[in-house]
Amino acid sequence: MSAAAANGAAAGTAIVINQLRKGFYLDSVALMRFSRSIAAMPGVEEAALMMGTPANRRIMADAGLLNQTGEAAGGGDLILAIRAKTRPSAEQALTQSQALLDQPAAPGVGATAWRPRTLRAAVKHLPEANLALISVPGDFAIAEARKAIRRGLHAMIFSDNVSLAAEAALKQEAQTLGRLVMGPDCGTAIINGAPLAFANNVPRGAVGIIGASGTGIQEVSCLIGQYGGGISHAIGVGGRDLANEIGGVSTLMALDALASDAATAHLVLISKPPPAAVMARVLERVAGMGKPVTVCFIGAGIMPMPVNATQVFSLKDAARTALGLRQNGDTTPLKAPSDIRAPAERIAGQNTVRGLFSGGTLCAEAQAIFIAADARVASNAPIPGAGQIPATPPGHQLLDLGDDSYTRGRPHPMIDPMVRDQPIIDALSDGAVAVILLDLVIGFGAHHDPAGHLAATVMTHRQQDGPVVIASVTGTEADPQIRSVQIAKLEAAGIHVAPTNADAAAWSLLAAGPTVAA
Amino acid sequence: MSENHVKSLLETPLKVVNIGLESFSEALVEQGVEVVHLDWIPPGGGDPKLADLLSKLE
Repeated sequence: MSAAAANGAAAGTAIVINQLRKGFYLDSVALMRFSRSIAAMPGVEEAALMMGTPANRRIMADAGLLNQTGEAAGGGDLILAIRAKTRPSAEQALTQSQALLDQPAAPGVGATAWRPRTLRAAVKHLPEANLALISVPGDFAIAEARKAIRRGLHAMIFSDNVSLAAEAALKQEAQTLGRLVMGPDCGTAIINGAPLAFANNVPRGAVGIIGASGTGIQEVSCLIGQYGGGISHAIGVGGRDLANEIGGVSTLMALDALASDAATAHLVLISKPPPAAVMARVLERVAGMGKPVTVCFIGAGIMPMPVNATQVFSLKDAARTALGLRQNGDTTPLKAPSDIRAPAERIAGQNTVRGLFSGGTLCAEAQAIFIAADARVASNAPIPGAGQIPATPPGHQLLDLGDDSYTRGRPHPMIDPMVRDQPIIDALSDGAVAVILLDLVIGFGAHHDPAGHLAATVMTHRQQDGPVVIASVTGTEADPQIRSVQIAKLEAAGIHVAPTNADAAAWSLLAAGPTVAA
Repeated sequence: MSENHVKSLLETPLKVVNIGLESFSEALVEQGVEVVHLDWIPPGGGDPKLADLLSKLE
């Protein structure tokens, strides 16, 4: 806890101050909260309180926040880094940072007084422990997961920034030991009714979900609940499990487990389209399951399916199909409400949709809806058939703001909705934008009131004849934020709320008018 | 063999060791899930390579 020597240096005309706290750890959510409050102080240009892992040091160097003191930090040291206009401003911010770090931590809800320092001690304290939930910096996540699986626990790795080779080696060892590894970069799971990390309070039921995507699992599980069904288990596998290098190890183990799980009558499998060899292996396993399976490879074309499997092209149809509410060839009726401004009333040149998503798979699903409607669309995370931003000329743009390129060193927009403010403000005053399309994801782990924040942003910055705003809310009435309360806040701000993300995408196309010829 | 271990995870009440974000522990406690929150600091003096090596020796 001792403060090492502070070191100040001028970067251009700005002052950069770094200070280290050796062997001091705080979790990244707490540190980001502190960083934001320091960065908002007068005279401060940028501030970051981060653990000194190699990845974090690169982020801080790129942001012009690091000097030789910070460069010398180890992964177990906390770096306080401030860039300010003047030395007094920098020093004032440093003093405030120290005060924030020194304030006594509020005791967690229901937290036990005693906290073990090692996994060995934790397992001794809770001998029936069966899962390690790991959200430490990515540089250390594999080491913690390895310890967990060798002690007989299954592992869910929320952390990202883990190499593909390390993930492959860990999953191979886990397979040998018969342990499931969910992740890395696994944001959502529901095991035996218990929501883990970013998940929703959904009813229990007979549908099991396996997903390489957090928000995909959230949307499908919430819709299943909304349509009267429930979830047995939702198993996240991480976004790269179906990559060639990993070979779908966790997906295949999850399929086997749910095949023999008495509580699961129907399965839903959600992923980006996997490479051919992995897809063949997965579909072969699906064919031998003896249970009906709904397959949703978002962005994939029509492909041959085993007799017990049905392919769908949206998360909404995945939920409907799993509950037997949709037959093959039945397309979802998508009707926009009549009060959304008609295209004829728009001003000239205002004809594009700007999607600003916090959920990667919700962004992918919206792209799939656009492509199915023959609308040209581009994204920073394009699915097959969509253009790549920035290489593609302006037109409909659907952006995944939770993508790594936006979240390096910053909180995810699901945790901190402020991250989305500037892109929303820009779109509200962009003369080419007819519709702003948004997702709102609630549930455990998410911000306590994203709709309240979004409504205030839109009301403050909306302009006359500016774009209409269309959103959907992924969540349930049993979630801490309460879905209907969130919807009411959006509607009070004049935001149109569609029943699902797929509907919101379709409404936005109808409201934007004829397809954009980019 | 592997299926049986994962199957038992699905059939047994979840008991969690949480390593990292404290808010995840709090959410689990609110749901009535038994959880032990690790007072984690980066192992190996904060050197990821050393931490990796230590995890193989433990």
